[in-house]
Amino acid sequence: MENIVIKVLKTDLLIIGGGTAGCLAAVEAKERAPEIDVLILEKAHIERSGCLAAGMNAINAYINPGETPESFVRYVRADAMGLLRKDLVLTMAERLNEVVQRVESWGLPIEKDEKGNYVPRGRWNIKINGESLKPIIAKRAIKAGARVLNRVLVTNLITKDGKVRGAMGFGVRDGKFYVVRAKAVIVATGGAAGIYKPNNDGSSHHKIWYSPFNTGAGYAMGIRAGAEMTSFEMRFIALRTKDVIAPTGTLALGFGATQVNARGERFMASRYGHLGAEGAPTPLRVYGPTQEIKEGRGPVFMDTTHLKEEDIVELKKSYLNMYPELVLFWAANDFDPAKEPIEIQGTEPYLVGGHAQAGYWITTKRETTLPGLYAAGDVAGGVPYKFVSGAWAEGVIAAENAVKYISSLDNEHIHSMALDVRGEIKRVYTPLFREDGIRSAEMEERLQKTMDEYAGGVSRYYEMNENELILALRKIKHLKTQTKYLLASDLHELMNCHEVIDRIDIAEVLIHHLLYRKETRWPAYQSRVDYPNLNDREWLKFVNSRLKDNRIEILERPYKQLVSGDRYIP
Amino acid sequence: MSVKIDLNLCTGCAGQEEAFCIKYCPGDLLAIDKETGKPYIRSERDCWDCMVCVKACPFEAIETRLPYQLASYKASLKPKVYKEKIVWKLNDINGREEIYELQTGG
Repeated sequence: MENIVIKVLKTDLLIIGGGTAGCLAAVEAKERAPEIDVLILEKAHIERSGCLAAGMNAINAYINPGETPESFVRYVRADAMGLLRKDLVLTMAERLNEVVQRVESWGLPIEKDEKGNYVPRGRWNIKINGESLKPIIAKRAIKAGARVLNRVLVTNLITKDGKVRGAMGFGVRDGKFYVVRAKAVIVATGGAAGIYKPNNDGSSHHKIWYSPFNTGAGYAMGIRAGAEMTSFEMRFIALRTKDVIAPTGTLALGFGATQVNARGERFMASRYGHLGAEGAPTPLRVYGPTQEIKEGRGPVFMDTTHLKEEDIVELKKSYLNMYPELVLFWAANDFDPAKEPIEIQGTEPYLVGGHAQAGYWITTKRETTLPGLYAAGDVAGGVPYKFVSGAWAEGVIAAENAVKYISSLDNEHIHSMALDVRGEIKRVYTPLFREDGIRSAEMEERLQKTMDEYAGGVSRYYEMNENELILALRKIKHLKTQTKYLLASDLHELMNCHEVIDRIDIAEVLIHHLLYRKETRWPAYQSRVDYPNLNDREWLKFVNSRLKDNRIEILERPYKQLVSGDRYIP
Repeated sequence: MSVKIDLNLCTGCAGQEEAFCIKYCPGDLLAIDKETGKPYIRSERDCWDCMVCVKACPFEAIETRLPYQLASYKASLKPKVYKEKIVWKLNDINGREEIYELQTGG
């Protein structure tokens, strides 16, 4: 271990994660303050990293003509079952159109009508040709002057006197230990996949909705540094096509497909009509079909049999822009969506602050509770429905405020403070020097099985009760004691080891959150069968947590109504 | 799920610091086989099917193969990448071919 090369770098603004939120932050910082040094640490290669590696065919958070940031907040509030951070959603919504136009000016093709207006695809959606979305944005960040270090996995933040002053990690290619001293840090690593057992197993275990390479590093490093986290209990479950787990939004919004059960019944209308039917809040659109299957009325489908041959061509094009393997899946199985409906299912749960609201507890400036640390995109909590464009808006807001923070600092102290990194070097590299032990894939299976069976996974129709959760917590705490036996034979496996360590830390916090909220606020996302109803009188508040003296403590934070109107009417 | 690399078409991207597929794989799943100088996938099951490597390969040597537990043999979907567009060639299991052209740049 004494042969490990340590590389110390200095920067003004460190951005952890070069996905689109991080790239937008980099561009904003460099354009706002060209004199500051911006460094992005990216675990893969910036040109095709993050959850948008394959592309995207729509922007799903856009204020179309006739709508306002306030009407957006009302919609998202109802979609989040009446509980969210309106201050955060509003400050994001005010920036949505501006960031979309900015990215368009960098070369993103957005579909337009004859008059030159964007083509809406639903109330908050516009169509794009986004196959090259990620390279377009990455190239712009580099052009703006940001430095990028690819293939570096950040393992922990550097904190000094409660303030964040950089981060540490290792090179997945070069094996070097990187110590980056920074005046401010933006964490934009994305959310966490791989906590629960996926729908598919074996050779298809990575056939999942969210990027399997987004393993929650940003959450985990924040938890370990004592940052306050919010709403982990609002897990996200996507409604997807069965088997290849392709998005269904395209079918519903772009092609007018509705959910039907095996009897051809439009169950969202017949059972959930009072809650909005097909337009019911997103959690219910997963809960509905899951209940159909549980109660024996499955399989469930999105009905596409009204589509004509020319519509199918457009449908396939739409998926080729974002999820090409669905088109291949149909071709391989001799399937024609104009003749048969498309089978759907819910995925395993994820933690994703861009769809649900698990993440750092932040201010409207996107500051976390740790001074010097900002959060943007899927790691930032309390702001659901941000998707792609909302993550961009948050990157911009975080950078704007991080730059102001940097200019208010006394430079000398920060880059010269004493650091002891020996402990982290030992923690990071030990799996490489072990001769016998547990492989990361084995530990991942154990984590996922435990979470699936005791904390509301796919096999349990997402349901859980207190007794199961207490057992889940005991098992995860035990698993944590086993991480010291993790084994890696190369740097790729070492990365996998840290990815599973991070997910175990996240799972522990998640269970604490699930245990604490004694109601069912978001069916499927958070289904407590022992407290099956929504209870506004006692639970219209945020469940937060932080690690203190090696224990996870829960804190309650009040809900604030900033935009008028009924919280359950979109 | 995984990718299949045609080693007759693959050149290992000689002259490049890293083969393009290895450089861009978001999961760090491709590595160089020291004996052949050509890439291999170190863990087929860990592939996300994002097709980044397929599109990045200048020699069209990489093909996405869906796992057999989900999809039958042998359909194919191959992109040809141009500066501002992608042309996808789809062949279904009955041998029927479809071509799709998509804009990718402004």
